[in-house]
Amino acid sequence: MSTVLEVEGLRAGYRGVEVLRGVDLEVGKGEKVVVMGPSGSGKSTLLKCIVMLVKPTAGRIVLDGEEITNHGVDLKRVRAKTGFVFQQYNLFPHMTVLRNLTLPLEVVKKVPRKEAERRAMEMLRRFGLEDYAKRYPLQLSGGQQQRVAIARALLMDPVLLLLDEPTSALDPELRREVLEMLFEVAKEGRSMLIVTHELDFAEAAADRIVLMEGGRIIEEGTPDEVFNSPKSELARRFLVELGRGSPGASGRAGPASPSAPPATA
Amino acid sequence: MSDSFSFVLDILPDLAKGLWATLQISLSSYALGMALAIILLPIRAFAPPPLSLFARGYVELFRGTPLLVQLLLIYFGLPSLGLRLDAYTACVVAIGLNSAAYQCEILRSALKGIPEVQFLSAESLGFSTLQIYRYVVLPQALRIAIPALVNELVTLIKESSLASVIGVVELTRRGEYLVAYTFRALEVYAAVALVYLAVCTVASQAARVLEAKLRIPGYEREVSGLI
Repeated sequence: MSTVLEVEGLRAGYRGVEVLRGVDLEVGKGEKVVVMGPSGSGKSTLLKCIVMLVKPTAGRIVLDGEEITNHGVDLKRVRAKTGFVFQQYNLFPHMTVLRNLTLPLEVVKKVPRKEAERRAMEMLRRFGLEDYAKRYPLQLSGGQQQRVAIARALLMDPVLLLLDEPTSALDPELRREVLEMLFEVAKEGRSMLIVTHELDFAEAAADRIVLMEGGRIIEEGTPDEVFNSPKSELARRFLVELGRGSPGASGRAGPASPSAPPATA
Repeated sequence: MSDSFSFVLDILPDLAKGLWATLQISLSSYALGMALAIILLPIRAFAPPPLSLFARGYVELFRGTPLLVQLLLIYFGLPSLGLRLDAYTACVVAIGLNSAAYQCEILRSALKGIPEVQFLSAESLGFSTLQIYRYVVLPQALRIAIPALVNELVTLIKESSLASVIGVVELTRRGEYLVAYTFRALEVYAAVALVYLAVCTVASQAARVLEAKLRIPGYEREVSGLI
């Protein structure tokens, strides 16, 4: 399988505090990789490094065959090849949903207005969002906003779709619609790298789970391997905290409440 | 009483001439202030230390000293350095330089009101810095800034009365002349005050209409949700 992303020895930090301490990761074409880990483990920074929103201090990143950590790489062009969905406030609140979708096409990909609108409406229709085209983001629920944000990212036809906890800012009843849309996207065979605490989604949609802790990857494997027979003590403990894995195996009594997923940064 | 009323009607044409000068001064200095603020803002917000410190010093200097003193310095002080400005120009320059400091801070705090994710989001879509400001940041920041910017204009209209001190014949100075001719200080100054009040009220109301027109749909709900 050819790879769409290769990360080697990646280190990054903010103001002297090292958040990533040597991460190696590969994402194959069409592969769906879910990154999990406690808050502060560097998941979000890893995603931001991949589109160079955070500049790594060491290591290299090869995206779609191009080493983007090299000097002089046009980052705008690299970023236009990826899609990124943040926890919240993705959409531009002063524009309609339709304009949110057409603006990047027009400005970044130089698609003419009419054609951009046609493609945007087609995308909205595909996910049942066409009724929102003329509405403004703040007139929509958080779940609807996230779905539009995902549609906008997809419209750029990214080689890799990056999602940074797309459901964790949402009320539980709004998560479902976003997860259902992500399932649909996952089925289309697009390469995805997702940071999430949604176990059900990870288990059902991911080809591979990556567990992070303290800026390093501590465990990696299929959902079955990671969830049902984790190799490391840290992984076991984290799964127990998520309400998963058997507390007995971790050697620590007292399962954490499953109704209280860890807070996210 | 009816005598006072007809007196005020008599002096209205004079006051109107004064008002015209007042509006010219305040609008010109406001425009000058805006232009300078737009130059100052990026220096203050993004330039490396020596430059940004200069911009910060500028803001502190003009906000930390009385406008009247600035006006006197520019009109009476600068000629000693060989720069002689007529009274009208001196007061437009003084008020403009002063307002630039305030407008710069208004725009800066509006920029700070934009969530960082808005920048990141646009950046991750492949926008250039210029495009981020043009399409995403400035349209939102200006909406945030409108009430404060109009408030600044209203302040300028009132502060432009300081121009009377160096002999510019605007609304306040007209009033002083009328008092000198007629000795009816109460009626004249009351009329002058009412004219200021009327103009400032119109400006504030216009701002409210503009604000409502440009308000981001759904924004009220978002804000009330936060409270």
